[in-house]
Amino acid sequence: MAEPGRGTAARAGWAVRSWWLITGMWIRSTMAYRASFALSLAANTLITFLDFAVLLLMFAHTRQLAGWTLAETGFLYATSSVALGAANVLVGSVGGLGERVRSGSLDTMLIRPAPALAQLAAERFSLRRLGRLVQAFAVLGWSLTALDVHWSWDRVLMVPALLLCGTVIFCALFVGCSCVQFWWGEAAELQNAVTYGGATVLQYPPTVFAKELVAGTVFGVPLAFVNWLPALHVLGRTDPLGLPAAFRFASPLAAALCVLAAGLAWRAGLRAYRSTGS
Amino acid sequence: MGRVRVRVIVDKGTSVFDGVYLSVARGAFRRYSTYRAATVAGTVTNTVFGMILASTMLALWRARPGLGGYDAAQAVTYIWISQGLLVTVAVWGGGFQDDLQARFRSGDIAVDLYRPVDFQGWWLATDLGRAGYQLLTRGALPMLAGAALFDLVLPGDPLVWAEFLLAVALAVVVSFGLRFLASITGFWLHDSDGVRAAMAVVSMFFSGMLLPLALFPGALGELARVLPFSAMVQLPADVLLQRRTGTALLGLYGFQLAWGAALLALGRAGQTLAVRRVVVQGG
Amino acid sequence: MAVIEVEDVRRSFTVRTKEGRWRRGKREVRAVDGLSFTVAEGECVGYIGPNGAGKSTTVKMLTGILVPSGGRLRVAGVDPAARRAELARRIGVVFGQRTTLWWDLPLRDSYELARRIYRIPDARYRANLDRCVELLDLAALLDTPVRQLSLGQRMRGDLAAALLHDPSVLYLDEPTIGLDTVSKAKVRAFLRETNRERRTTVLLTTHDLTDIEQLCGRVMVIDHGRLVLDGPLERLHEIGGSERTLVVDLAEAHPPIDLPGVRVARTEGPRQWLAFPARQSAAPIVAAVAERYPLVDLSVREPAIEDVISRIYAGDPAAVPAP
Repeated sequence: MAEPGRGTAARAGWAVRSWWLITGMWIRSTMAYRASFALSLAANTLITFLDFAVLLLMFAHTRQLAGWTLAETGFLYATSSVALGAANVLVGSVGGLGERVRSGSLDTMLIRPAPALAQLAAERFSLRRLGRLVQAFAVLGWSLTALDVHWSWDRVLMVPALLLCGTVIFCALFVGCSCVQFWWGEAAELQNAVTYGGATVLQYPPTVFAKELVAGTVFGVPLAFVNWLPALHVLGRTDPLGLPAAFRFASPLAAALCVLAAGLAWRAGLRAYRSTGS
Repeated sequence: MGRVRVRVIVDKGTSVFDGVYLSVARGAFRRYSTYRAATVAGTVTNTVFGMILASTMLALWRARPGLGGYDAAQAVTYIWISQGLLVTVAVWGGGFQDDLQARFRSGDIAVDLYRPVDFQGWWLATDLGRAGYQLLTRGALPMLAGAALFDLVLPGDPLVWAEFLLAVALAVVVSFGLRFLASITGFWLHDSDGVRAAMAVVSMFFSGMLLPLALFPGALGELARVLPFSAMVQLPADVLLQRRTGTALLGLYGFQLAWGAALLALGRAGQTLAVRRVVVQGG
Repeated sequence: MAVIEVEDVRRSFTVRTKEGRWRRGKREVRAVDGLSFTVAEGECVGYIGPNGAGKSTTVKMLTGILVPSGGRLRVAGVDPAARRAELARRIGVVFGQRTTLWWDLPLRDSYELARRIYRIPDARYRANLDRCVELLDLAALLDTPVRQLSLGQRMRGDLAAALLHDPSVLYLDEPTIGLDTVSKAKVRAFLRETNRERRTTVLLTTHDLTDIEQLCGRVMVIDHGRLVLDGPLERLHEIGGSERTLVVDLAEAHPPIDLPGVRVARTEGPRQWLAFPARQSAAPIVAAVAERYPLVDLSVREPAIEDVISRIYAGDPAAVPAP
């Protein structure tokens, strides 16, 4: 019998495969209610367009917001939304942790031979979450053409790199913040404050916010590495905090640290759950 | 305060003036008050979003002072009022809808229709109880945080606050009417998730939750002002910011009442159809 | 060979209590308090006790979900808490009140997922599925969405799902709860067959003593986190599960009914409690009562686990269940 390997790579591969298997089951489940599914996918795409419409309405009254143009703000909006949207598709379901604990379905996950985190992340997966991603890529495409930027190769490469790192950072935030629910089952909304709240912050120019808040996103919850800092390089703008240029290229490092922290939080949470059985 | 608000609605209702509904509302109030961690987490979330949106509004008003007839302090106050109303008025949906959905999933919904208490009235009562609790917590606390962090313009006259509370109560009724309609599609669609998601989008945008409706240009603005959604956030905020006083205030209440009554009547018609459908299917 | 070894296992929880409106206190509760037993390969053991006695805590520790506070546990030679994922392939779990099947999908899809998650080789999967389908009568249900199945059909479906990967240990939590008589019989027959033919070790938690009677050669009774009885089923009967009670309502108060093999346990106005041996049919007694007395209404009460336990404590086999 094919036992899953013991190496880290084999375990990660098995986690991804488990995620994919369970996600597939949920996709087929939603297809049982086609009308509702179609409507919610449409609504989800629309919802995020109305989100962007707010930005358009603001720029209908001004040409610059805190010194940034619509195309620049659109770039921030799109990169933040792609990262959040992709993370939401991949691991957004971990926010339901408290509910899984209450209903006892976390126990069911723990007695299956697949990583519990992968199962939790795939739980109640819904294709309608792709709506945000579709819209975010559309806005990104538009902003890239509208930007007045000299596209040197380093700037071109920076865009996919920041999307990738941003997605990883948001994934880690989803997982890490959900772990609070191991101790505090009803606190699902705290995770929203960090993930959705964080993504909303990143949709606007950093100059809109108080310096303390911006510093908090660099040295506290490392949101600034999702798009603010790398975007400074892409758009050729000066840093409102005056940080060294190296920060603009530090997103991969920040992403790695986030994953590490989230992994530790998950382990600690699961250990606490298994020793208290709350 | 919450109890007073419930009374106001009860007086207005036709069949709702009944001890049962009052105790149902009280029960809901008490039930929500037990979700303490959720309340704290939610209050933090509202405060975070309030800070973000208030900062963006300040940036916009720095570029365009006096935009939409608001000064910067009023615009920021508007944002904090809307954050206080988000969960109270359930602009994003939720409240009784989650309970109702659980009843649909378990199949208990068919039984509910045959109870001696009125189906719509029962859920309205629970939603008013819920709103009462959330006004006191997730409505008031983010506002206090906002007042501590930003310069807000809030009225000192208690009468204005009373007028605001009435507008909020009516906002909850309008919101209930809309959400009830969205939820009972579950009788036909098996799963009302899609409709609820769609409703949430439109509500957020047209209620003035994301941006004051005064900033909506031309026809979009006209449309936003006649749709029922404005009764949920924009109008209560207008009352507290004293943009509508005297006869204009009466007109505002009239608008909320008219939409509330129309939506409840529509919901009632839908409920009748649903009962007929359940009878045909044999439960 | 022992498949399950439990040695002085303890598990305590900290429970938050409400004291007044805002203050909260903490209290330590010992859910499992020095539990020791072994289960040999191929045994079928009934594990019973009142609610909150520590049954599900034990099962959670045996599956590796919960880490014990103390003591030593081995299942199939493995420490469950330390090697949970590895153990998962070798155990099957069925919760009577919670399905692991996919609600909106045909039954077959849940089995396909199990095949992949448990990495069951194709030939073995097909053989096991065929066997379950035949014995549990699932052929007509395989393409039905689970939400359309009756409770009994769903339980049969759950049983099959838990056995496709040939677990060496099967934990069953109230597998017959809420089922009709026919489904109960099918489920029991299947479990008996699996236990005998496959040598699958079964640990069965139930409130229905009939499950135990028909399936288990051995019973363990747990109360307040400790074993209060561990032995063959006969022991349980000896101690007190041996009597059923016929409650009869007569038209008016009568002196105690006098019938052979029947003991009047209690009278209360026109109502009388008649105790009779559990293995005896109630029908002749009912007929005899109806013939001689003005019978208005009646009901038969099975011995409740709570009563059995209270009698174990009392050490009085003739004690009568409180109504």
